[in-house]
Amino acid sequence: MARMKFLCDADRCIECNACVTACKNEHEVPWGINRRRVVTINDGQPGERSISMACMHCTDAPCMAVCPVDCFYKTAEGVVLHDKDLCIGCGYCFYACPFGAPQYPQVGNFGSRGKMDKCTFCAGGPEDDITPVEYQKYGSNRLAEGKLPLCAEMCSTKALLAGEGDMVAAIYKERVVKRGYGSGAWGWSVAYRESAGA
Amino acid sequence: MIVMKILRAVALVTLMTAVPLVVPPKAMAQQAVPANDAALLRALQAPAGDISGRISIPDRKAAVLQHPEGREWREFREGTLKAAAGGLLLAVVAGLALFYAVRGRIRIDAGPSGRTITRFGGLDRYAHWLTASSFIVLGLSGLNLIFGRTLVLPLVGPEAFATLTEIGKFAHNFLSFPFVLGIVLMFVLWVKDNIPNALDVAWISQAGGLFSKGKHPPAKRFNAGQKVIFWLVVLGGAAMSVTGYMLMFPFYATGVDGMQLMHMLHALIAAVMVAGIIGHIYIGSVGMEGAFDAMGSGEVDVNWAREHHSLWLQEEMARQGKGAKVQGGHVAPAE
Repeated sequence: MARMKFLCDADRCIECNACVTACKNEHEVPWGINRRRVVTINDGQPGERSISMACMHCTDAPCMAVCPVDCFYKTAEGVVLHDKDLCIGCGYCFYACPFGAPQYPQVGNFGSRGKMDKCTFCAGGPEDDITPVEYQKYGSNRLAEGKLPLCAEMCSTKALLAGEGDMVAAIYKERVVKRGYGSGAWGWSVAYRESAGA
Repeated sequence: MIVMKILRAVALVTLMTAVPLVVPPKAMAQQAVPANDAALLRALQAPAGDISGRISIPDRKAAVLQHPEGREWREFREGTLKAAAGGLLLAVVAGLALFYAVRGRIRIDAGPSGRTITRFGGLDRYAHWLTASSFIVLGLSGLNLIFGRTLVLPLVGPEAFATLTEIGKFAHNFLSFPFVLGIVLMFVLWVKDNIPNALDVAWISQAGGLFSKGKHPPAKRFNAGQKVIFWLVVLGGAAMSVTGYMLMFPFYATGVDGMQLMHMLHALIAAVMVAGIIGHIYIGSVGMEGAFDAMGSGEVDVNWAREHHSLWLQEEMARQGKGAKVQGGHVAPAE
């Protein structure tokens, strides 16, 4: 079965934030929660790069390892999902995540966290596929509809790639060879313990 | 762990500044990118060290793009902490079991006299039990976060365990307030009797008479052992509240680095406190005859007081007039 991965080509990302907007709209993510974000490094300086970042669906996912209630699971396609009915909002996955992916609505008093929300690779959650209850908790399930994540699908420069890992790596390698440079597949060494191209 | 972090940060900075000098200009030209990009590219590919930039959403903390320190924290949570806390607690329980097997219950040597004297008043006991009851819930809900997934989850199933743990989280957050209040109260009430002095040296050199029947080194209101517990609870409790509130109010005072560090300290200090309190509970209940009354009714047997707090008993007798507050037994009625 395919192993799903994200790949952000930092040499193509133009920081238009369309992926962020697409994600928020597709999943009706509440205010204050950002499943995907674009970070610009060396802003305004030579060598500026923008990178679109969300959950990378790591191979050996730290969130899964540290969760005190074991609410995470991995699908057959390598997508890391979690069960909001079990999540207690402790914040441990945020401490462990190298990409700052887990998000928490602030509910109640002090800084207390609600149930964690993060990128699902547009693959919904443990509820039955494409049901209102799944949509309400996790957003849409495009994978079940045979579609890929919307952020990458509508990326105007095709900087953000999402899909079968070997395929996105091959596309990226071809690009690097053709243009003669590449700043590396973003976060791959951390998330998948491998690199693609460059 | 902190030292490692600092060392690594220093190494990274050194590496990043040194690399452009070491790499020959030719090698950089081969990459077909401007030379000042090389260092950036290397930083982008490096799996170590924070990488952050600018972000347009109104959430400053999201500007940290990559934060690999989470790996160390994960290692701590999965390995170091479980081994350290689990090992310590098992050692304490095993030690106490062995002590009980060898020494048995420490009896009042002279036997109960039937006459009692007030050791702790209402406010003293209120402060003690306020702290104690909240500490037990805090400790159990905290231990559940470390060991629950391994020990409890397989027994009760994921739904029941998640519910239990969520209740534990709320209890942990809210009971922190009475816990801190209790510690402040105990500190104010008892600090004057807990300043270490020469008597403690003698008490410790005789191991408090714990290991030898009939041996009772003199002590005032609190002996050296109790002083250790007092300072463990006061100082440990202060550390627990500082680190705990940093975690309870995420991003108010510290970033994710700080929270990882606070969590590590919180968990380790907690393990030491739980270990100490297990010993305290043992000696205050099954471990010693007559000890529980001090915090139960507040009235202790005079013979118990004579054996364990001889100087305090003398002071009390002198202060209140001999036998004035001593109740029961054969106190002659006033004519």
